[in-house]
Amino acid sequence: MTTTLTTVPYRRPGLRRLRLLGQGPLFTVSVAVLALLVLVAVFAPLLAPYDPEALDLGASLVGTSGDHLLGTDQSGRDILSRLLHGARTGLLGPLLVVGVSTLLGTLLGVVAAWRGGWADAIVSRSMDLIFSIPGLMMAILLVAVTGPGMTAPVIAMAVAYTPYVGRLVRGIARQEKARPYIEAYVVQGWSGWTVCVRHLLPNIAPTVFAQSAMNFGYTLMDLAALSFLGFGVQPPTADWGTMINEGQGAVLQGAMLPALAPSVCIVLAVVAFGIVGEGLADRIARREK
Amino acid sequence: MNLSTPPPVLEIDRLELRLPDDRAARPILDGVSLTVRAGETVGLVGESGSGKSVACRSVLGLLPKGSRTAGQVRVNGADVLTMDRARLAALRAREVAMVFQDPRASVNPLRRVGDFLTEGLRASGTPAARATARAEELLDAVGIRDPRGALRRHPHQFSGGMLQRVVIAAALAAEPALLVADEPTTALDVTTQAEVISILARLRAERGTGMLFVTHDLELASAICDRVYVMYAGRIVETRSTDELFDRPRHPYTAGLLACTPRIEAGAPAPRPIPGRPVSLAEAPAGCPFAARCAHAVARCAEEKPELARHGEGFAACLRAEEGIRL
Amino acid sequence: MTTVVEKGLVVDGLRKRYGDHLAVDGVSFALPAGGSLAIVGESGSGKTTTVRMLVGLERADGGTVRLDGKDRSARPRNRAERLARARDVQMVFQDPYLSLDPRISVSGCLDEVLRLHTSLDAAARRARVADLLDRVGLGAREAAALPRGLSGGQRQRVAIARALAVEPRVLVLDEAVAALDVSIQAQILDLLREIRREAGIGYLFVTHDLAVVRHVADDVLVLKSGQVVESGPVDRVLGAPEHPYTRLLLNSVPRRGWDPAAVTDRF
Repeated sequence: MTTTLTTVPYRRPGLRRLRLLGQGPLFTVSVAVLALLVLVAVFAPLLAPYDPEALDLGASLVGTSGDHLLGTDQSGRDILSRLLHGARTGLLGPLLVVGVSTLLGTLLGVVAAWRGGWADAIVSRSMDLIFSIPGLMMAILLVAVTGPGMTAPVIAMAVAYTPYVGRLVRGIARQEKARPYIEAYVVQGWSGWTVCVRHLLPNIAPTVFAQSAMNFGYTLMDLAALSFLGFGVQPPTADWGTMINEGQGAVLQGAMLPALAPSVCIVLAVVAFGIVGEGLADRIARREK
Repeated sequence: MNLSTPPPVLEIDRLELRLPDDRAARPILDGVSLTVRAGETVGLVGESGSGKSVACRSVLGLLPKGSRTAGQVRVNGADVLTMDRARLAALRAREVAMVFQDPRASVNPLRRVGDFLTEGLRASGTPAARATARAEELLDAVGIRDPRGALRRHPHQFSGGMLQRVVIAAALAAEPALLVADEPTTALDVTTQAEVISILARLRAERGTGMLFVTHDLELASAICDRVYVMYAGRIVETRSTDELFDRPRHPYTAGLLACTPRIEAGAPAPRPIPGRPVSLAEAPAGCPFAARCAHAVARCAEEKPELARHGEGFAACLRAEEGIRL
Repeated sequence: MTTVVEKGLVVDGLRKRYGDHLAVDGVSFALPAGGSLAIVGESGSGKTTTVRMLVGLERADGGTVRLDGKDRSARPRNRAERLARARDVQMVFQDPYLSLDPRISVSGCLDEVLRLHTSLDAAARRARVADLLDRVGLGAREAAALPRGLSGGQRQRVAIARALAVEPRVLVLDEAVAALDVSIQAQILDLLREIRREAGIGYLFVTHDLAVVRHVADDVLVLKSGQVVESGPVDRVLGAPEHPYTRLLLNSVPRRGWDPAAVTDRF
């Protein structure tokens, strides 16, 4: 053994503290929050009381009331409706990013681990290169070239998150490849492809899944930040990041809800994904013991 | 035994150890009694799950989580199981030392070997220069060439055998009365094993340390131990002096172990397997735990638990041994 | 070399280098069909690397491996060749806790091999799986179990059944009994002896345990630092060793009346 391999998914240092909060009820609550979030996103058009983009300048910055449970923003749009619809863009972006980066990272990681040699060298060095460029900066650069909108940030973040998955997968796939049960399949005469797809992947999948759950939270936050800065989702589309941006002005006028409500949603979602990812990773670590 | 025998450094007295009911159906240790005297090497032999490792760890007060105990583990007369933290720490620092199977697990990989060797001495008040000189002596005693250079190196710069010597040197630093060795050579090559064993034997002869040697290797036990205890399913099933045990075992399990151990001598009979497998923690046989695998078992064996009773110069726990069966 | 096609496994001048380190340095030996050869040595002797090259888990830097005259040193060119080689040599690994896929049941594990290597239909495969398990002393209860439900000895029986499923000519046993309790070890050795008698499979035992060698092998090869230092029939090598290293190994084996200090006069 010359290199130390990480089997534990990468965690952003800031979110590491969440471990202290333990795993029992918090994990369950987080799973419930995420389930609720998904339901809301799917059924937003049915649940939202108003059209999220319908302007009503006569009802600007109305406080909470029976008509508007969370009030309205400066343009008189119903905040609750915008939040519910915002969950769709809020989840869709990370879903694409995590889906693509997980697929790509897993593919590259497994190829690097299985083939070794030059394939490993090329994959590892290019992942190091991407790793060294901050994802947000990559997204902003790409937006500068292609113009604002969701496409450029999603592509940039998918590329930026690929090495997170790729490095993890390479590490655990190398460990798994050295296990005698995988070697036994090779000795039996199975092709490398079959062994990887049928045996290696299913055995490393839980760890990859845990990492992806955490990445989901990080990406959600990154994409919201981009929208907040005006690089991502463009107004008037309902999006949490954009809503915070638009709500800034209202804060000066004493109305907190337009900015506060989407902020709370982002924090809840990010924390819930973090806890679920951490919890899964811990469960896997315990099972490995 | 005559009257001039030295006093015991370790007395395990009817030690019983249970895990919570959902984790084990039978006691991990079931009335284990064992004695080690100064200058004596005592073997504790058994297969996996026999409880030998749990028994030897109990000497340091290391018990499995959630376990309940009865009986006593006395080191130099004081019961380890009732000691408070401070007293336990003192026991581990000065009276009992332990050597485990994997030396890498007991050494901090980030610290120099010198720090590892001197920390105990310095904690007990030895000045740094004296502690270093002592560490060099100890490394020299366990056959490490260039002890001074070795002190400055890190654990990864040592082979497994060399590191095990370092661990033994650290174990001897406080001149303990008792050394507990849990499979100390199992992970080592045979030639390295011979070296480590010869160091242990020499140190015992020179310092009069009592040694409890836990192993699954009967041949190794026969080579170095004065007396041997054989464990099965948490019980001592037989104990006697090494020569008598190997020449005339009285318990069928001991005889079975001897017959299934491959021997290297020319013309040695092929190893004869014991049918079945060791009793798992989920099983709690009512009678003799070995009855299901025993060629000599009769109906009574499955019902009555045999107690250790004197047979020859030692003890065996077998109902049939009382009838004088020939193994 | 003769032009006559040799029967059995013939290894000639096998070499493997890792960086600056020559792990295997010109190892040659022959295992006659149905014979049993033990490769002994300590860690770092190159014994495991040698057999890993035989089964294709490592690529040799030099030398040849032939079975019944067919060369198997180069990378297999296609699927048929890969499968043919797998049918020639199979392997049982040391650690029974790591050598079975944790997700796949015992019968599933054997069924896979049969699907790959035979054209039997599902019913015929089921019968063959039961046959194989019966041969290694396991029954229907174990067939349905996942590896984690089995003891070490039972797992090693499954690993042996899995290797036998392809009916190999040569079975490599890499420390296959080293991780087992003595009473179980003897059971597995017994089983292996019986299988060899019935099926005439050649055994290549990799082991550090000379006492085991005495009871399982006809011939023995002693490796040190990647080189063969001594080889010959077991009784001769263990009874009258010629090389000082073989003598050192033999003297290091503990037994009654053994004096470890006499083994090593290093200090």
